[in-house]
Amino acid sequence: MPQGRSPSQDQVLAEPGAGHGRLDRRVFLKQGIALLGAGSLAAGALTPAGAADPPDTPPWMQFPGAPLSGYGSPATYESNVTRTLIQAQPGTTGSGASRTPLEALDGMITPSGLHFERHHSGIPDIDPAKHRLLIHGLVKRPLIFTVDGLLRYPMVSHLYFLECSGNSRPMYGATPPTLTCGQVHGLVSCSEWTGVPLRLLLEEAGADPNAPWLLAEGADSAAMSRSVPMAKALDDAFLALYQNGERLRPENGYPVRLLLPGYEGNMSVKWLRRLKVMPTPTMTKDETSKYTDLQADGKALMFTFPMAVKSVITRPSPGVTLQGPGLYEVSGIAWSGHGAITKVEVSADGGQTWAEAALSAPVLPRALTRFRTAWQWNGVPTVLKSRATDDTGTVQPTRDALVAAHGTNVSYHYNAIQAWQVEANGEVKNVYA
Amino acid sequence: MCMRSLAAVVMVLVVVTGYTSSAAQETPNLGRPATPAESAGWDISIPPDGTGLPPGNGTPEQGAVVYTQQCQSCHGEQGAGKPNDQLVGGQGTLTSKSPVRTIGSYWPYATTVFDYVRRAMPYTHSQSLAHDEVYAVTAYLLHLNGIIGPQDAMNAQTLPQVKMPNRDNFMVVYPTKLK
Repeated sequence: MPQGRSPSQDQVLAEPGAGHGRLDRRVFLKQGIALLGAGSLAAGALTPAGAADPPDTPPWMQFPGAPLSGYGSPATYESNVTRTLIQAQPGTTGSGASRTPLEALDGMITPSGLHFERHHSGIPDIDPAKHRLLIHGLVKRPLIFTVDGLLRYPMVSHLYFLECSGNSRPMYGATPPTLTCGQVHGLVSCSEWTGVPLRLLLEEAGADPNAPWLLAEGADSAAMSRSVPMAKALDDAFLALYQNGERLRPENGYPVRLLLPGYEGNMSVKWLRRLKVMPTPTMTKDETSKYTDLQADGKALMFTFPMAVKSVITRPSPGVTLQGPGLYEVSGIAWSGHGAITKVEVSADGGQTWAEAALSAPVLPRALTRFRTAWQWNGVPTVLKSRATDDTGTVQPTRDALVAAHGTNVSYHYNAIQAWQVEANGEVKNVYA
Repeated sequence: MCMRSLAAVVMVLVVVTGYTSSAAQETPNLGRPATPAESAGWDISIPPDGTGLPPGNGTPEQGAVVYTQQCQSCHGEQGAGKPNDQLVGGQGTLTSKSPVRTIGSYWPYATTVFDYVRRAMPYTHSQSLAHDEVYAVTAYLLHLNGIIGPQDAMNAQTLPQVKMPNRDNFMVVYPTKLK
């Protein structure tokens, strides 16, 4: 729990700024100034000159608008907001990843259609009437469930992030990648998930409570599989059937997926078809040859399940350019697989001084947390950073510290502080600083 | 009036309480029993001790034929890689700036090769290889990596006994928290 460490509005009003007095979240809260994002500036540029401004009557007020529709879509003017850096394995179309465009979004929820994707053999087209879930292994009663059956169970709803453990991998590279925020860090998304506590089904099957592992397997063409600790399965794991209020999207595991809060994304096995209670881990391909963390000394860490505390400024960021000196909101997301975010600090002077950002409610464990702070930019080049702390007291490390501890061959679990260089012309660059 | 609404509230409370207490004791029990044959048919996962390995047998020589037909277009001649993952070589590179993680240099368990090839390969048609073919291509890849000899056949008895060169370089973190 935050334990009162996230600043209330009163505390905010009394807080000093940081970055030589240039970074200060008080201004927005005090004066209630509308958020000044690059998106709103860009939207202004799209308006046809003179057509809608006063004193003229805008054309969309003069004639009836579009008809009703069965399923809504984003505004056509937002058609550039799409998943990004869509990379598939050579010779395949569906095996790879696409990323959430973090810099184009606000709040804590990721729209289902922009949730990141990571598939190991494409998206299966599963008829829910024919899908089955088998629970077997060290159980008294091996059971087969239909999707209709699962939909009749008592359900829970929670907001949780999912993050691919390979998120931000380009940041292990020798030079900072010239990519957008979402292209680097967009293998993280946050949804409201609704489904059946896994404990219920394991109890019905009479699973041996002393069996330490569970193999989870998907119904995709890779039959993607991971070993899950029984302790996690009996704690907060559930079988998600709904995402953001509607049934799961195919790319997120329709008709049913495992959801392991805080754990690296691929363990929340999509298209779940089989759970086998096991005396040992199965040592599948995706927990041995992949998703293990190679250290500088040649050893590899295995079963590094929770995603560690992390944050990133989404605005400004590369491609979200500042339009000259003035007052801006610095906004971003923070999260931890170990619990709730208690504090996010922002620096506007490359990390010499820090100011605590406001956390947007609700601040929930293992969910994305939106942070905001006001920043008066004087037009001088500088470096912006954010640094998150979670309720275990763990502070997001610097890149130097992360690399010193684990090396650059890890490929997974990158969670270091992100530095964005703001140039005199307002452009933002990814830097190691 | 007042009494009547109070009575209504009490009635609702009784109904809700009755519902929750029975729900706490019972669960829907909507799963049907799975027969041994049903479980066995879907159980394709093979842990390191080899439990569940099917009957069958294959040699590196037989595997070379399977590999050329089914695998080479994605993984290159003799597992050299390109356009997809390199499967052979890379020993001694794990501490370099460009580590090459292959079956020979990195994978800790030989059973994983059988498990993964059977469930997911070839990419264009998963679970299409016969068990003999999976054993054979597993043997071929282990042989190319210098782990087994050219005559060594892989089957349910021999595969779990193969000691992978990098096995002892994995450190299990769970259940310790990684901060």
